Amino acid sequence: MTEAYLRPDTLDEALAVLADGETRIAAGCTDLFAATARKILPGRTLDISRIPTLRGILHDDSGLTIGATTTWTDIATAELPPACRGLQLAAREVGGPQIQNRGTIAGNLCNASPAADGVPPLLTLDAQVVLRTKDGERSLPLDQFLTGPRRTAREAGEIVVAIRVPAEALEGAGHFLKLGARRHLVISIAMVAVRVSLVEGIVQQAAVAVGACGPVAVRLTQLEKALVGQPLDPHLVTDDLVAQALSPIDDVRADAPYRAHASAELVRRALAQVTA
Amino acid sequence: MTLSFTIRGERQEVETDPHRRLSEVLRDDLGLKSVKVGCDAGDCGACTVLIDGRQACACLVPAGQADGASIETLETWSGGAADRLRDAFLAEGAAQCGICTPGMMMAAAELLSASPDPTEDEVRTALSGVLCRCTGYASIVAAVLSASRPRPAETMPAPGQSVGAPVRRLDGRPKVDGTEMFGADVGPRDALVVRAVRSPHFHAAFTLGDTAAWAVEHPGVTVLTAADVPGVNRFGVIPHLADQPALADGIVRHLGEAVALVVGEASLVEALVLSTFPVTWEAHPYSLTEAEGAKDGAQLLHEGRPGNLLIEGRVSTGDAETALAASAHVADGTFRTSYVEHAYIEPEAGIAWLEGDTLIIAACTQAPVMDRDETAKVLGLPPDRVRIIPTATGGGFGAKLDLSVQPLIGLAALKTGKPCRMVWGRGESMLASTKRHPGTMTARIGADAEGRITAMRFDGAFNTGAYASWGPTVASRVPVHASGPYRTPNYRATARAIHTNGPTSGAFRGFGVPQAAIAQEVLYDDLALALGMDRLAFRRANAFVDGDRTTCGQTLPSVGLADCLDALAPHWEVALEAAEAHNRGGGVTRRGVGVASCWYGCGNTSLPNPSTVRIGITSAGRLCLHQGATDIGQGSNTVIAQIAADALGVPLDAIEIVGPDTALTPDCGKTSASRQTFVTGRAAQAAGEALRALILRQTNLPETASIRLSAGRLSVEDGGTRQDIDLAALTSDSHGYVLAAEETYDPPTTALDADGQGAPYAVYGFGAQLAEVEVDMALGTTRVLHIAAAHDLGRAINPTLARGQVEGGIAQGLGLALMEEFVPGRTENLHDYLIPTIGDMPRITPILIEKPDPEGPFGARGLGEHVLIPTAPAILNAIRHASGARITHVPALPHRVLAAIGKARHGT
Repeated sequence: MTEAYLRPDTLDEALAVLADGETRIAAGCTDLFAATARKILPGRTLDISRIPTLRGILHDDSGLTIGATTTWTDIATAELPPACRGLQLAAREVGGPQIQNRGTIAGNLCNASPAADGVPPLLTLDAQVVLRTKDGERSLPLDQFLTGPRRTAREAGEIVVAIRVPAEALEGAGHFLKLGARRHLVISIAMVAVRVSLVEGIVQQAAVAVGACGPVAVRLTQLEKALVGQPLDPHLVTDDLVAQALSPIDDVRADAPYRAHASAELVRRALAQVTA
Repeated sequence: MTLSFTIRGERQEVETDPHRRLSEVLRDDLGLKSVKVGCDAGDCGACTVLIDGRQACACLVPAGQADGASIETLETWSGGAADRLRDAFLAEGAAQCGICTPGMMMAAAELLSASPDPTEDEVRTALSGVLCRCTGYASIVAAVLSASRPRPAETMPAPGQSVGAPVRRLDGRPKVDGTEMFGADVGPRDALVVRAVRSPHFHAAFTLGDTAAWAVEHPGVTVLTAADVPGVNRFGVIPHLADQPALADGIVRHLGEAVALVVGEASLVEALVLSTFPVTWEAHPYSLTEAEGAKDGAQLLHEGRPGNLLIEGRVSTGDAETALAASAHVADGTFRTSYVEHAYIEPEAGIAWLEGDTLIIAACTQAPVMDRDETAKVLGLPPDRVRIIPTATGGGFGAKLDLSVQPLIGLAALKTGKPCRMVWGRGESMLASTKRHPGTMTARIGADAEGRITAMRFDGAFNTGAYASWGPTVASRVPVHASGPYRTPNYRATARAIHTNGPTSGAFRGFGVPQAAIAQEVLYDDLALALGMDRLAFRRANAFVDGDRTTCGQTLPSVGLADCLDALAPHWEVALEAAEAHNRGGGVTRRGVGVASCWYGCGNTSLPNPSTVRIGITSAGRLCLHQGATDIGQGSNTVIAQIAADALGVPLDAIEIVGPDTALTPDCGKTSASRQTFVTGRAAQAAGEALRALILRQTNLPETASIRLSAGRLSVEDGGTRQDIDLAALTSDSHGYVLAAEETYDPPTTALDADGQGAPYAVYGFGAQLAEVEVDMALGTTRVLHIAAAHDLGRAINPTLARGQVEGGIAQGLGLALMEEFVPGRTENLHDYLIPTIGDMPRITPILIEKPDPEGPFGARGLGEHVLIPTAPAILNAIRHASGARITHVPALPHRVLAAIGKARHGT
């Protein structure tokens, strides 16, 4: 029997479908078939890719609103403040161009891979995940939305409709560095995003996040504290300050001690390059 | 659900399940077979199509999401830009096997529509989501970059001038217009589908449960097991060591070994959940490394192979130990290499059906006659009742020498009487296909105070995995080649192939020689450093020259290695200066330069491996070349035709190629061991010359005469004299030819004695490569900046194709050096197992050295495997020159390089 493949034009219709029973939400679909050898996806699908209000980037006084189905290509080619540079660099590292053309920002978050390229830069932007049900809306900080590897706080009946970046987090400049054993199409050994705002050479805000070195990407708050109020000096970043925030593992890509060391090195480089 | 797509500007409707992969719908329902399926995971990009003008992996898109969209595939893409890009791909040699070509061209199509005259960076970025395993990407980048420029039409070389001409591959057009048919593309849509039930254990005994009851629960599905195999359920490439069951019988020896087949209509079989298949497993202890397999008390895999030792090869001359003890300098080390996956973009696939009482198998392969004979044996048929028609093969590199789907689909077709197809998924391919042997190699090399090599000891243990496959070939080739192409008066080398429960190690471009070259060439750098000699000069001083004797005692009549090293010398000086200048600037990166050489014997080691070529002229005036050498992208369809054309004295475009097909083409052996240009080339040369002699005899004209074919007529002309042969008046032979010649060539070799003394090969090829790298001293990452590759190939029959071999071999050598590590049970996909992308490849300077070989056709030597041998050691030596890190375990992943840098700094 053919299961329903539903592709509504409006969010209200989509929410009604979702309230109606167990349904997979599909957006860019770059992770769904990638996770199975099957030729047919089982179960019912709600495809939200045709809902125009879910795609696009809005920048206003309150900050930045990135629609759930905004693609990585959309993000990479958008005119965005320098604080989003890390996010835009990450957008060019999500798979190849085929993936970037279809993969979406919300899909990257909902898939919740420990190595999701979008997460570290969004963490440095204090991103909020906006979820809707047919009855209402709530927002969660990204670090609360991601609860573990392949796990999120999204509940049945909820759709991620947007990612919000508050205006304060759009200050300064961002950067992103990804480390892998090859140039393209690579799952990170480690990746680092930073955002720094300076006034007269003194760090006002520092946001540093590391991915692929633990079950979920994390902000390095101790390190951030050490940076704020000082002239921007990458040498303040010690291996210990970075390592204590991470819980890397050994796998086919690298061993854990290397990951911690490389992360610290990448943080130093990202900070050195962020204002360049 | 009815889905509609706009294709070629027209709306097309398809009634199908919207949850299917778009790639499947395009291929099966709309017949757009240019959409290739390489991984079903968005890792390889072979299925790249344009959806509303943007490149996308069709395997990832549910068909329902593309409803209403405009879709462009390689066969539907038309217009000026399409024509120019197709032409550019052919002219640059950008399509080798052709399996990635549709994806590459569609990715380029997106770019060219926005940016008709792109920069190189734009090209590399646009194509970065498509993997190629053949070309090394250089020719692809060149093709896209030049696609906007006018290009003159190709002119065919004059008669007698085909050899040496950079003609476009003769079988190229279907590769660039999307009509090439690979293993998964042939046969009727309604063929039954075969799937295998595979072992979840590395080593286990098993009993099948009530398979009949399971079949009853799944009406329409036929179950086949070892009990159904009518012949000898043991195949292998070396008859007396054949040990591999088509379907396991009571015991599985590696992860993913097939224990049963399920056969039925596609919709039924594809939906089956095979984990419900009734099998009871009793897991056994297992080993996965050569050290574990050889350990006392290790679980044995095969009766009669104590210590899990499959075979040991040895070459010994002089007194290595005494000479080492007396040497001024001795370098020693232990080196480890990993399992390496062939990672051709086309997983194994094929279809079998019966015509009368003949079983026909159309599948991707490198060895049609061996497929026929081994499949016939397994199925209990005489060989002449099995016909193998190779499909286009989307990369092979050695693994498609072994049987894959052939006995399984053959069995299914015999039992059901219907056409049966099997298409392996990426995971299945990586589980069930062979790999490059991992090796643990210990070596010592000595030199005298003047820098002359005195002696070498080499002992290699190679993980040959669960079954014999080509393990014996590795064990015999490695001791012959482990000295490298250098004079080594005292020598003792052994290589052992040890069974483990890892995947079967088989043939992979170089048969163990690339692994051994790593040990030898890193130790050569140790010696040069100890001697204070320039590393290139040290190699030049010890390089084989004409008349030198190998460690097997064979005299080499013609060696172009010194020419290769001399050709690298100017690059070497420039590179050393550039590295030094960079390093003076400080910073976190260090540059370095490395060099390594190769040699490689072409053809089987001391064993017969004849090729037979037939050329015939029909009464209508068609000239047919029966070319049985399978072209897996390397170019034998073109090269063999070029040789035949010049031997016969006709223009290249007069030749029509027949085959390969075991019913139509005489045996040209396997596409392996870099033997086709040499061995089949010699057969083609002989056949062409024989046919020419026959024609000249019939016309009584001298050797200087020219031959011209027209409809029904053959004209032979010399000076003012012209003789016409009325072909229609002649009688056809049993093959349908009025004039024909068939010739066989088998390389003259001798058996090796107990010390490996003899003449194992009739022709050798030589080469040397220089690598320039940049090492990040804080992260341990390596970027290869440039490789200059000088290869003595005797005669470049087709320089474009030869350069393609060089660039592609370097890509695989770079992968071996820096990123490729297959971990059984962990990396059976193309995102955990990494091969080089377009962004990983350096600038390559191919240098073709043509020092004729007295035995090769028109002086040609083999090239295909030679080209990857020096790459990895050259890169490792460059890493060390840059950073001090002496790498002894490949791949040189960043954490290993960083650890080695630390070790070099602290001297621990």
